[in-house]
Amino acid sequence: MTKKADKIDRLAELMQSSEATTGASLWREAMRRLRRSKMAIIGAVVIAVFVVLAVVGPWVAPHAPTAQTWRGEVFANQGKFVGMRGENWFGLDHLGRDMFSRMLVGARQTLLVGVVSMLIGLLVGALVGVLSGAAATLGGRAGQRVDTVIMRVTDIMLSLPSLLLAVSIAAVMGQSLTTVMIAVGVVQIPIFARLLRGSMLAQGGSDYVLAAKALGIRNKRIVLTQILPNSISPVIVQATLSLATAIIEAAALSYLGLGNPDPAIPEWGVMLSQAQRFFDNEPMMAVYPAVGIIITALGFTLLGEAMREALDPKLRG
Amino acid sequence: MALLSVDELSVTFTAKGRKDSTAVDGVSFDVDQGQVVGLVGESGCGKSVTSLALMGLLPDKGVRVGGRALFEGEDLLTMSPRKRRDLRGSQLAMIFQDPLSSLNPVVPIGVQVTEILRRHRGMKGEAARKEAAHLLDRVGIPDPDRRLKEYPHQLSGGMRQRALIAMAVACAPRMLIADEPTTALDVTIQAQILELLKELVDQEGTALLMITHDLGVVAGLCDQVNVLYAGRAVESAGRRELFAHPTHPYAHGLLGSIPRLDAPRGEPLSPIRGSINDRISWADGCAFAPRCDHYTMECLTGTPELTEPRAAGHQVRCVNPVLPKPQAEVSA
Repeated sequence: MTKKADKIDRLAELMQSSEATTGASLWREAMRRLRRSKMAIIGAVVIAVFVVLAVVGPWVAPHAPTAQTWRGEVFANQGKFVGMRGENWFGLDHLGRDMFSRMLVGARQTLLVGVVSMLIGLLVGALVGVLSGAAATLGGRAGQRVDTVIMRVTDIMLSLPSLLLAVSIAAVMGQSLTTVMIAVGVVQIPIFARLLRGSMLAQGGSDYVLAAKALGIRNKRIVLTQILPNSISPVIVQATLSLATAIIEAAALSYLGLGNPDPAIPEWGVMLSQAQRFFDNEPMMAVYPAVGIIITALGFTLLGEAMREALDPKLRG
Repeated sequence: MALLSVDELSVTFTAKGRKDSTAVDGVSFDVDQGQVVGLVGESGCGKSVTSLALMGLLPDKGVRVGGRALFEGEDLLTMSPRKRRDLRGSQLAMIFQDPLSSLNPVVPIGVQVTEILRRHRGMKGEAARKEAAHLLDRVGIPDPDRRLKEYPHQLSGGMRQRALIAMAVACAPRMLIADEPTTALDVTIQAQILELLKELVDQEGTALLMITHDLGVVAGLCDQVNVLYAGRAVESAGRRELFAHPTHPYAHGLLGSIPRLDAPRGEPLSPIRGSINDRISWADGCAFAPRCDHYTMECLTGTPELTEPRAAGHQVRCVNPVLPKPQAEVSA
């Protein structure tokens, strides 16, 4: 039964090797699968557009994000707004500022918050996860105790609702963009830690780890060269997916008034929060940042899900 | 003195709230330099656990190991973990059953081979790569420079096992333990791998402990054979002696159960009835008794001892051994 499957696999391998793919690593294999997935391509295009806008946005924006060039035309207290028009593609906000420019400049902030908070979660979480996973798989009894302590702490962090945890951190540290990034990042830490540890544990009992032990390879090397390379792929997937959550959570924190107070640096969450006061008169003011957040989050989610499929060990050749 | 001398090795698995289960129950054997010793038995008889215990690869929780295993005069079982780790791979190496899962799937073969050279021989960079290519060449992998860059899934089953053997012999170990090295391979590849192992033993004087359930492998390779049943050696003899005169009913039944090409058509196979049962212990009788055709009440009174009913050096643990019937068989 398995013999037959093996033979078919071997044949498939032979077919592939004739296409000059010898030396192709599993990562390259995954990349090939990614390129074939529609989900991945849509996600990647959305992310690429978003990143380009975030990088060049402030330079190509037609107006300064804070310039109240059309103050005389907007009277928020009288319910008088200006919608889409040739000069201002997305219309004007309640203070007579160009919404399109503000969206462009805000994209950079959104990307910054997403990436930095993801990195905080990834780096700290992965470090904790490696420590815990290595201790559990190779550290013997003492290691298992270390692992238990670390995991209980992450359990406690996970048991708190993430927004509540983020709000508490933000409340302690005060109102700023850094606060938002740290708060959102800290929320991600236990997720990454748990994921990497679980993945390492699954690999720790595998035959090649036993074989490496039988060859006298030191524990540190076993973790670095045997276990880690095999357990990293779910973490990469999670990193992509958590960019989406980070952007949404950051927007939520900004919306709750914990975001960047500086009006010179617009941020989509803050814009959304300001728009709600004028929702009756000018709903479009809320629609632009909201749609922006949704599309970027969707882009990262699509790419993440496609990566999850491409890196699935069950599909590996 | 023998290179490896295992004396009354026992391994017991303990779990909270459950009865201890003894996987290996006092196994003794010697392995000399340049000698191939076989451990034979069906699934669950304790073969693999014996090898893992010798390598020190059993988990340290829930396992009790007893007895002694002197390797060059030092006890492997009581050695410090650090010292044992230094010994593993350099003096004492092991080849596993499934070559695909024993290789790291995401790391090229070359990196995996140089890892050992780096660990035990302090080699690095180009020198290590050259030596790795040389090792692959030595175990009969064609085009080693290309194979070094490839991943395990790109190699055939036989080549994977060759690569694992290359890793095991990278530091010219004094002793090799092969745990069913041919089970996962095709028959033609099996023969090649056995040939390779034989060559290593002949050329390097490596001692080889061969763990297998395949009597064909034993017949082709082993000098000395230990037949295990339920964690104990039931028969121990030289290869020729064992195949010519299997004396324990279990060994006798094993050899008798091999299908023969020259048997008349339609003749049924003769299996050993029943299956191994790890709840039957040796403490109050012969564990094989329930499956034995020869058993008497005597078999259930205390553990049978190893005796030499037929020839010197041919040990059998049985009170009713299969001995040639005087006269009757000769005249027939």
